[in-house]
Amino acid sequence: MRITKEEVRHVAHLARLNFSEGEEEKFTSQLNSILMYMDILNGVDTAGIQPMTHAISLGNVFRDDTEKESLGAEIALEGAPDGKMGFFGVPKIIE
Amino acid sequence: MEFNQLTIHELQKKLKDGSLTSVEITESVYRRIASVEEKVHSYITMMEETAIGQARAADRRIKEGNAGELTGIPIAIKDILCTEGVRTTCGSRTLEDFIPPYDATVVRKLKDVGAVFVGKTNMDEFAMGSSTETSRFGITKNPWDLERIPGGSSGGSAAAVAADECIASLGTDTGGSIRQPAALCGVVGMKPTYGRVSRFGMVAFASSLDQIGPITKDVEDCAIMMNVISGHDTSDSTSVPKEVPDYRAYISRDIEGCTIGIPKEYFVEGVDPEIRASIDTTIKTLEGLGARCLDISLPHTEYCIATYYIIAPSEASSNLARYDGVRYGFRAPNEENLLDMYRKTRSSGFGAEVKRRIMIGTYSLSSGYYDAYYKKASQVRALIRDDFDSAFTKCDVILTPATPTPAFKIGEKMDDPLQMYLCDIFTLSANLAGVPGISVPCGYTKGGLPMGVQFMANHFEEGKLLQIASAYEKNSKIERRMPEL
Amino acid sequence: MQYEPVIGLEVHAQLLTKTKIFCGCSTRFGEEPNSNTCPVCLGMPGVLPVLNKKVVEYAVKMAISTHCRINGTSTWARKNYFYPDLPKGYQITQFAHPIAEAGYIDIEIGGAKRRIGITRIHMEEDAGKSIHDDLSPFSYVDLNRAGVPLIEIVSEPDMRNTDEAVHYLRRLHEILVYLEICDGNMEEGSFRCDANISLRPKGQKEFGIRAELKNMNSFRNVQHALEYEIQRQRAILEGGGGVPQETRLWDVSQCVTHSMRGKEEAHDYRYFPEPDLVPVVISDAWREDIKNALPELPMEKRERFLSAYNIPPYDAGVLTASRALADYYEEVVRLCERPKIASNWVMGDFLAYLNEAKLEIGESPVPPAALAELIGIIGDGTISGKIAKEVFEGMWKSGKNPGEIVEEKGLVQISDTTELEKIVEEVLEANKKQLEQYRAGKDQLFGFFVGQTMKATGGKANPKIVNELLKKKLSMS
Repeated sequence: MRITKEEVRHVAHLARLNFSEGEEEKFTSQLNSILMYMDILNGVDTAGIQPMTHAISLGNVFRDDTEKESLGAEIALEGAPDGKMGFFGVPKIIE
Repeated sequence: MEFNQLTIHELQKKLKDGSLTSVEITESVYRRIASVEEKVHSYITMMEETAIGQARAADRRIKEGNAGELTGIPIAIKDILCTEGVRTTCGSRTLEDFIPPYDATVVRKLKDVGAVFVGKTNMDEFAMGSSTETSRFGITKNPWDLERIPGGSSGGSAAAVAADECIASLGTDTGGSIRQPAALCGVVGMKPTYGRVSRFGMVAFASSLDQIGPITKDVEDCAIMMNVISGHDTSDSTSVPKEVPDYRAYISRDIEGCTIGIPKEYFVEGVDPEIRASIDTTIKTLEGLGARCLDISLPHTEYCIATYYIIAPSEASSNLARYDGVRYGFRAPNEENLLDMYRKTRSSGFGAEVKRRIMIGTYSLSSGYYDAYYKKASQVRALIRDDFDSAFTKCDVILTPATPTPAFKIGEKMDDPLQMYLCDIFTLSANLAGVPGISVPCGYTKGGLPMGVQFMANHFEEGKLLQIASAYEKNSKIERRMPEL
Repeated sequence: MQYEPVIGLEVHAQLLTKTKIFCGCSTRFGEEPNSNTCPVCLGMPGVLPVLNKKVVEYAVKMAISTHCRINGTSTWARKNYFYPDLPKGYQITQFAHPIAEAGYIDIEIGGAKRRIGITRIHMEEDAGKSIHDDLSPFSYVDLNRAGVPLIEIVSEPDMRNTDEAVHYLRRLHEILVYLEICDGNMEEGSFRCDANISLRPKGQKEFGIRAELKNMNSFRNVQHALEYEIQRQRAILEGGGGVPQETRLWDVSQCVTHSMRGKEEAHDYRYFPEPDLVPVVISDAWREDIKNALPELPMEKRERFLSAYNIPPYDAGVLTASRALADYYEEVVRLCERPKIASNWVMGDFLAYLNEAKLEIGESPVPPAALAELIGIIGDGTISGKIAKEVFEGMWKSGKNPGEIVEEKGLVQISDTTELEKIVEEVLEANKKQLEQYRAGKDQLFGFFVGQTMKATGGKANPKIVNELLKKKLSMS
């Protein structure tokens, strides 16, 4: 086992996903076989290898500090599931 | 022959000499759509009204004598590319009603040259899939056999070109999503070098791997499309400020003295014998044209799938965090509180494959697992790139099969994600290394299914790919067939 | 047992760029909600960030000013968490390779110097703002602030009491404002502070378990929250308990800290390299260019004021509290060449009127040249110091030059001895009773005669001459 049902539940929480009991079962077994396949990488010696984070090496890409026209609140909120008085409405945030 | 069956370069001539109008071409495309779309289902959204308007404007522009390379040509756009005012679903319930207030840079470029937009094509949800079966909007069928998948994730774009429901299309390729469906549908597909084409406005799947590219009927059309969509964009920090050559100039050049590397790791068990045989024939054809083929090795090939299926889901898990039901897109009803709203929205907005990849990615990045998964994969990725770097000191291009098998049956691999992932085995190394790749038809199986050969070249050497591919295309003696629909 | 607090501070400073860090939207505060937004800062599908060059320059300015090592190559990372005011579901920040590391600033308390280490400075984007309404089951999100550039300045756990913490913060604040890279407005959230605080038995080397304090939006709040927290933790430790590792919120209305989340609920931010942005490379040449363009910092300016103008340390401190005030003072001195009198005037009447009118230095109706002229005519005896106050008031109200005011009001000082002698005699004549008392030994009446003489001249008499004349006359019998 690479990942337990409890871990699947924890990862699902991190990703803000919900699974039913049955789905959880299925996901756990699928993720296990996928993660088991990933074990193949343990056979590669990567000591001292710099991780590759970009496909092409570039540096210092900037824009100037000049203002561009904004969309404006009306367009920004056009597709909002719950636009309220110029704001994006969400169920109450409780810390 | 109907106009919609012609290539871009054939139509360009007719538009230029006035023997044909864009409106006529566009109408022929929609006639074809009316007769076959029900069977193939290449599209999610049709844009007929605006298309006719664009065609009229193109005809005026042609008359005025300032036509660009794609003026008046009906193009299909993968529904992952944002189109201002036209809904962009990414094949997902999450974006079912999303109408972007902006165009992707490539869409803007096509508009600027006066292309005609036929519609938005079907795709695997968020480009996650190799069969176009994970779309929220139904399955696209392979025009060569309607019981089979067209490949994916740009299955709609490939099927639309193969079925003549457009002249050419745009797809996106994160692990083979242009080249694999192009091969399975018998058309040409190119994934450019990472940074060659702006990603701005492409709904991100895995940002360090994604590239937009053309799917066309032949190699010359591919060059034409590349001429239009390539180039630096200040809106994409990873877009490379490098001059774009005239790709069309590489068409029909001879390939005498070209060196072609054949990586032994790509000719292993599991490759369909008919594909194997057609690749052997392809090699002979190229040698006959004066190319020199040599055996090379890409020693880390066996690690590509594992590497890819850690890196791509990791980036995706983060890229897809924005679909939270707050600012746009789908929000599930009846939430009890904020956390519940997030979970319900995301659980019912995303399909199973997307959720699976979000789970793999979240796990790979999570505390305690980062080093073993994400970091390890990023290190192996560096070794895979080094393999390519050293191979390209020995050869101009690398030749491999585009896919291990021809198109499989719908539903065949839906319950076995790992088997599905293995479909990309020959294509995803190019994304990991950032190099360009092209898939070109190289024959048909006895059962009449298309097969494809893939060429890869070093960074920014798309010209070499087009040169080899066009030389091969012109000399391969593969008859141009049309799928019967 | 004696406990010693160990304090480290994390400061978020909003940078004074015109536009956001990754898009061209304005950073203006107080606009209509969600009006300063675009697809990029709204986190719409497919959009990409492009870095504002000014942000890098400002961060490097701060790094140099706090003696940090600038990393030749620094990279971007994503910090993943869900929150309605975080549009992309991740914050673009720096993690593994920040722009600068290993710096310090010196603070001085009661003449004793302390060096506070700076662990790192990194660039990042701000989140939006959520508004909560107690009466409604909803929260409201405004994304105008989403994408405003920040630098986070993380200190070493080098502070041992609240005074040091507040001094460190004030110095940091002062430098940011001096560099003109942050407006320093704590109420509007341009300068925010979180604190890590733990207690350990005095003499012990290892740190205790720390609490992270949030939500302190003034220097006073920081002071109070830290004081409260020291007491709270001490009480736990003295009671034999253990301090739990947690995040606590300062509640300004009740002056207490509340637990917000414990260690178990700590976020798993899943940091990883941001694929959409490329590394920032700071060449030696670029760093030198930025360094050469730096203004003189408050500490250096103070030292220079002390030696160049020979004014007391207190004066130097007040005058260098802001760059604008220091510049104003220096201009006055340049024109009048009387540093100490200039210091008295700038710190005295000038600042008093300015504060009264709630004006910025640049908005003052009295430019440096006018104040210098005023100091000049006091020096050459044209007017008395006392009259000068009246003249200054006139200048402030009318915006006129001191010369004009003096002329209009006929305020030129009377220094004519003959004329003054006559007036003094009249004053003595008119106050015979007091004269007798004085001569009988009531010396303190001397001031009374001075006052009467001044009054008789409408304050225009040269006080020095009046003094001399009175001494002479009163000593005669």
